[in-house]
This record gives sequence, structure tokens and C-alpha cells, in this order.
Amino acid sequence: MTTDPSMPARSAAASTSPERPALVLRGLRKDFGTIAAVDGIDLEVRRGEFLTLLGPSGSGKTTTLRMVAGFMAPTSGSIEIDGTDMTRVPPYRRDVGMVFQNYALFPHMTAADNVAFPLRMRRRPAAEIKKRVADALELVKLGSHGDRYPRQLSGGQQQRIALARAVVFEPRLLLMDEPLGALDRKLRESLQLEIIRVSRELGATVLYVTHDQEEALVMSDRIAIFSMGLIEQLGSGEDLYDRPASLFVADCIGESNILRGTYEVDGGAGGWMTREGSRWRVGGAAAARSELSSGAAAALVVRPERMRILDGEAVTDGMNTLDASVDEVLYLGPDTKYQLALGSGQRISIREPREANARGLQRGDPVRVGWSVDDGLLVADPGKG
Amino acid sequence: MATADEARSRTWPSLVSARPRVNRWSALALPAVVFLIAVFLVPLLAMALRSVTDPPGAGLSNYQQFFEQQAYVRVLTNTFWVALLATLTCLVVGYPFAYLMTIVPGRVAGLLLIAVLLPFWSSLLVRTFAWQVLLRDTGVINRFLLDSGFISEPLTLIRTTSGVILGMSHILLPFMVLPMYAVMRRIDPEYSRAAANLGASPLSAFLRIFIPLSLPGVLAGCLLVFVLALGFYITPALLGGLKDQMISQLIVQQITQRLDWGFGSAMSVLLVAITLTFLFVASRAVRLRDLFGSTTEE
Amino acid sequence: MSDSWRQPRRILMAALGALTVFYLLAPTLVIVPMSFTNAQILSFPPEGFSLQWYEHMLTDRQWSTGIVNSLIVGLLTAALATVLGTLAALGISRGRFPGRSLVNGLVLSPLIVPVVVIAIGMFGLFVQWKISGSVLGLVLAHTALALPFVVVNVSTSLQTMDRNLELAAANLGADPRRSFMHVTLPIILPGVVAGAIFAFITSWDEVVVAIFLTSARFRTLPVEMWEQVRQVVDPTVAAVSTTLLVVTTTLLLVLVFVRRQAPA
Repeated sequence: MTTDPSMPARSAAASTSPERPALVLRGLRKDFGTIAAVDGIDLEVRRGEFLTLLGPSGSGKTTTLRMVAGFMAPTSGSIEIDGTDMTRVPPYRRDVGMVFQNYALFPHMTAADNVAFPLRMRRRPAAEIKKRVADALELVKLGSHGDRYPRQLSGGQQQRIALARAVVFEPRLLLMDEPLGALDRKLRESLQLEIIRVSRELGATVLYVTHDQEEALVMSDRIAIFSMGLIEQLGSGEDLYDRPASLFVADCIGESNILRGTYEVDGGAGGWMTREGSRWRVGGAAAARSELSSGAAAALVVRPERMRILDGEAVTDGMNTLDASVDEVLYLGPDTKYQLALGSGQRISIREPREANARGLQRGDPVRVGWSVDDGLLVADPGKG
Repeated sequence: MATADEARSRTWPSLVSARPRVNRWSALALPAVVFLIAVFLVPLLAMALRSVTDPPGAGLSNYQQFFEQQAYVRVLTNTFWVALLATLTCLVVGYPFAYLMTIVPGRVAGLLLIAVLLPFWSSLLVRTFAWQVLLRDTGVINRFLLDSGFISEPLTLIRTTSGVILGMSHILLPFMVLPMYAVMRRIDPEYSRAAANLGASPLSAFLRIFIPLSLPGVLAGCLLVFVLALGFYITPALLGGLKDQMISQLIVQQITQRLDWGFGSAMSVLLVAITLTFLFVASRAVRLRDLFGSTTEE
Repeated sequence: MSDSWRQPRRILMAALGALTVFYLLAPTLVIVPMSFTNAQILSFPPEGFSLQWYEHMLTDRQWSTGIVNSLIVGLLTAALATVLGTLAALGISRGRFPGRSLVNGLVLSPLIVPVVVIAIGMFGLFVQWKISGSVLGLVLAHTALALPFVVVNVSTSLQTMDRNLELAAANLGADPRRSFMHVTLPIILPGVVAGAIFAFITSWDEVVVAIFLTSARFRTLPVEMWEQVRQVVDPTVAAVSTTLLVVTTTLLLVLVFVRRQAPA
């Protein structure tokens, strides 16, 4: 769309082919001294997709984003945006939009001037700039705020202006570096929806970085879980939640109860998790996905909402059970959360809808907990580092 | 909730930025560096050289000459003495003032700051001249005291050590107040409140908590004032008597009147050496304090 | 701080404060009224009211030449120091090179060396270079003295500036030159202006180095004053002092005003 000769030309194939990924990272590495912040990443982001990089701080997600933006040169590997190799291209020629956590709005320019900046840099005619700025401000519902300076705007408004500035020049790719981190919860939630709406309207491809798993689940088409410079698992929220490939991922997305022990194969499908006197059945599907062999150190992961307190009902073959005592009962509005203590001292939690809690359980009361075998996820236990 | 996998919770070491060893911006500092070397360093080095080559083959004889003469050494000790007195005066006057600036409301503090900064930026010559006018036998102070009958004879205020101290302290006061204020305003008032809550009287809290916490600023201020006072010229020249001569006056005298460049240069080198020594020693002292968690900036 | 302790303490502190302010401002405030005296000698309180001494200052050849010379040297110093100092601040703050702290120390060193020593050192060498007693010599000397102030002011501006703004500018299509012109420079401009003002003031008030680097033909205002002050003192000196003060104070107020307007 831009005719500025200083921007690399988009190949015709790139702009018309829906199959070509918007972003391809191959073997991307970044070393700082002897430390590998990004340890060899391969990633393909589909056109129009909202992909989130999720992980704890220091996991390499921000470094990856900054390399895509061009602020940092990778140690090795390549970055391809829209079919063009951009690995060595400086940031001001990459044609990607970026939204920063602290907004980075130019304080000496009005909101409208901020939004106009990328168009001015591309030497667009004044009339075109005026129109596109107005459109962009309308898009983020701040059409009447163009004359304000950033210091006169609230945090949420500043972030929306930053968004408008990042999309006004129709970038190939939209990058967001924890843009909502500085805002309070309610504002964050409403802006999450804003961002989704804007990106859908524009058909933009978004690469989003956050450490907040709820945010990732709400906004993304796919999520890449980062840990120590590598992508642990890539998939939709549902994929990651229901079928985590590792203990780290299971812990990263959603809450988990983790039962560690040894895995034993049982002839046919599935097997057993054993631990000092306890034994739980592992379903065939979970066992197959885990690709663990007999005798491996493993962990059985069960989501809190999948466990329930058994009120003396009969235990069937398709169920696993645990004995525990009540530690805390937490009322969470629509749900009730029970913190339970196992004999070993380990704590687990259970989430049940409020209606189910007519028991009036107290601290110290013994309970029996059960869950369906198919709800148990099996992953390897890397052991204590 | 079960604990996360221990292996994964190993803390990720902080990322050391491996920037290129020399980047593009570095060249910008070059013009100023070249300029300062040519206009500032070279003259100083030339002077240091002259201190040992003028008269030819002098070696350390100029320095020797200085320490051998009682009169010269006395000038040096007088310089230290005057500088010390000026520092103490500034400390005594400046500490309460800096403290006051921290407890008054913001607007008043701003005004007090202006009161400190305005003279700070005013010409040293003008201010010394003003003191001359004030302290002369026919000056403002004597006139006032005579006219109102407190005294019958004019007091000798000028051409005395006290006159010099008065003038120097006036000029150096901002250098004492500003560093102290900078440190004091960083002292969290919560400490005093905590002390009060734990049973300390206001005076006790002030002595045991505020004063120790303000010491880095006091040190910085005293050091700065002392070092600057050592090199003073205009003020002792206008306000002091013959016996109050400071080393800078001696240096000027040797160069302009006696045209003894070698000797004058040697004394200059001496003055710079003393100044740098004090700064070095004090910078060590202040750094040690930093280790104990002070509130200085540098 | 219990209330019973407050009242007497407050009064004491306020009194001390007022006294100190008086000490700080009084001497200079004595000079100002004196400059308007009708009498032929310096006296306080001044007798009558007259602008004759200001008239004398502006008409007397020596004084008026001094004013012009001070202005020329001051403006040239401000210009040179601001350019060199801003570049240096950029180089030191944004640059990465071995010996960076050494360069920082070098730039600040004119503040530490006693001014008499600087004056004599420069005098000795400038005489050999044949620039002593000239505008060039004095401007070079004053620029060296003023440089630290410019560097400190611009460095502070640079350090308090959000670095992400430069990244954002690059991301939005600005190459390094345009990023500097459109984003960095406007934001550090208050610091640059402050540095320029301090540089001018430094030169305008400077006396010791000027004593050595001026000649009978070429004198700045402070040097004229120095010559006069040690001999016969007529009230023109008070007028000169007041002029020096007024210029400095005005510039400082301009500075405060500029700082308030800073966007960031």
C-alpha cells in the first residue's frame, strides 16, 4: 500500500496469497555473552492471526519481539516478514507497527501529530495524512481528542492513541509488548476487547507478548509458551489447556493439581501412576500423547474444576480418588474453591460450582476427592533441578 | 495448589547487554574532548612543566624554595585555616537552613531555593564588593552602629580574617546547602514517624535518625566548600589584610609582580595537588558510605 | 512530631530561616539602591534618586566598551559551549566506548581546578600562542569553563528522556537523523537552552581568568569593575554591579519559565 521508495517493495505474491505466513522465524537466536536469551526459535504466524507469546519474565518472548521489530540484531537465524527477509533490515524500514508497554507517545506532539508521525516519515501528502489520522482516531474512538497532548490523556486513552499510531500506516505486522501491563484490571479487560476489535476490523496480523495467561487465553488464536529462550508448546488456548505437552505448560496455563510419581504401562491402553502406596489410573489417550515409557518419572495433572468432593457415592472404575482434609474454603462468587491438604502435606485445590456446596465443610474435615480417569493429563516430570 | 516444577523456577540470570564496543554516538564527544585537551589540559601541563624547568634545570628547587620559607608556609597554613573556618561557618548556617527547606510546604521551599540559587549565580565580584561596602570603616554596618549609638568608634571589620570568612561563607553557602538539601529531601519522613511510634521524642528522633541519614550530604557539602575555599582569590584580595593572604594571592603576586613563572607554577601545581588529594580521599569516604545504603546520588 | 513541640520550634526555625535568607540576599540588595544615589560617593542609605551613574556607565567609554565586550564574549562563549557541550553530552550519554567515564571526568574537570590556576596556565600558553588579550583567547577560555554546565544540563535531559521514544520513532519509519531532529532534539531542547544560559552567565560574570586574558585595549565589564574597586570607588561601580545582577537574574527567570514549559 505504501509507495515510499525507502520501504522494501512487497512482492505481489505476498499481498494476494492468503497462504503465505505473515511472519516466519527460523532458528532465531540471541546471545548475550554466554547466555542464550533466545535459543533457536522456529515460528510461523499466519496472516490475520492473533498469536501471543506467553511466558515468565526472562523467557525470551520480549527479546524475540524486539528482534522482529528490528531493535536488536539476532545472533543467528532469520526473520521473514511477508515473504521478505528482514533479518538485517533496520527498524525504520520494516513497516511493522509496535505498541509499547509505556505507550511511548511523543510528549511534545499532540495525539493527532503522534498518529500522523509515521505518515509524515513516509512523506505522504498532507490531505491524505489528515484523513487517515482522523480515521485512525475514529477507529479507537478518540476522534475528538486529537488536539490533546499525551499528558492530558488517561493511561487507557494514551494506549489507544498508541494503537492508532501503530495501525495508521497499515503495517504488515502489528507487534505489542505487554501493552496493558501498566493499566488496572477493569481498564485492561475493556482494552483487551478494543484491541481484538481493532485488529479484526483491520484484518491485522498481531504478535502479542504478555505474561498474563488469562489475557493470552482471551485474546489469542494461538499461544506460544516460552521458557528459557525456547517455545515449549504452540497451539490454541484449548490445545494448551486440555493437552499440555509438559509440566511447565500445564502450570503456565490455568491452575493445576500435580501428582508426581512413577508411570507404569498396563498392557493395553493406558497405565498406572504410582506413588508411595497410592495408585491412579491413567487413560489411554493421555498415555499415548505423553509418549512416556514404563518406569518414567511422571506427573499426573488434574484441573481443579475436574475434581470433586465425593459425598459417600460409590467409586466406579472410570474414577480415581484421593483422601485429603480441608484446609481452606474460599467463596469466589459463582464458584467455591477448596484448598485441601494431602497426607504427604501437599496441597491441592478443587473448584466446584456454588450450588454443589451445601455441605458446610470446616477446616480439618476429612474428604474423599474423585475425578474421571479421562480428565487426568500425563506429562514427564523433569524432577527437581 | 501444587508447587511448580523446581527446575523451571530456577531464576533466569539478568541479561548482560552485549552492545558493540564502540558505537556511532561516541564520535560526538570528540570535538569537546579535543577542545578541552588543547585549551584546558595543555596549559595546565605546560605550567606543571614550567614548575620544574624555570629557571632552567630547576628540578624541584621551586618546591623546595616554597617549603623552606616560613612566610610562604604560613600562607599555606593560613589558607587551610581560612578554608576550614569558612567550611564550619557554612555548615553551622547551612544545616538548619537546608533542614528548614525540607519541612516547609512546597511553595516556600521553592522560594527558599531561589534565595539560595540567585546569589549562587550572581557575580562573585559583585558580592565581594557588596561585602566591602558593608564592612568598611565608613561602610553600611559601621554607619548603622555609629548612627544608632551602639558604638562610638568604627569597628575594624574589613582587612580582617573575620571579614574574609564572612564574605567567603556568603559566597560558598549555596555549595553547602544544595548537596545537603538534595540528601535531606530524600530522607523518608516515615522514618521519623516510625521512631515516634516506637517511643522516641522528636529531639531524639532528629539526633538519632535524621542527622545520621543526612551525613552523606553534609560530607559532600563540606568537601565541596573546603576545596573551593582553598582556591579563592577575589574575596581574600578585597576583604583580607596582609596577614590573611591566601595561596592564590601569592601565586598571582609571583606571576604578575615578580614574574617568577617557575615559582608561581610550582605553587599552582601544589594547590591543584592538594585539591585533588582532598577530593580523592573524600570520594573514597563517600563511596564507603554508599555501601551502607546512603541516599546520595553519585 | 507532637504539637506541643511544634510552635516554639517552628518560630525558631522560621527566624533562623529568615535570618539566613537575609544574609544571602542583603549584601546584593544593598548595592542596588546605592546605585541610584544622587551623591558623588557610595553611601547607604542613598541620598536622593538619580540615574546619573547608569548614564555615566553607558556614556563613559571604558565602561560602555566593557559592556559591549562582555556581551560579545558572552554570546560567543554561549554559542561555542552549547554546540560542543551538547555534542559531548550526546556522546557521553548515548555512546559506548572505552574510557567513557574518563571523558566525563575531563569534561567536568574545569569545575574542580582552582580558577587562579586555570587563569595562569592559560595566560602562560595563550601569550605564546599570541591569543592573549584578544576576543578569541577569552572566548576559548570561557568556553572551557562553561562546558561542564552545558554538558550537565543536556545530559540530565537526555537521561530523563524515555528511551522508548527513540525506538518508537525508528519503528514508525524515522531514520537516525530524522529521529534526532523530530524527537530527541525537541525533547532535550530545554536542557540545551538551560546550558546555553548558564554558559552565558558564566562568561558574563567571570573575572579571574578575564583579568589575565584581557588587555588595556580589550576589557570586559567585570575586569573594569575589578580595576575600579581596588582604587577610587565611585557609585558607577554600584550601577555596574546592579546591571550585572539584573542580567543574570533575568536570564535565570527565563530559565525557570522555559523549564515549566517543557513538554516531557
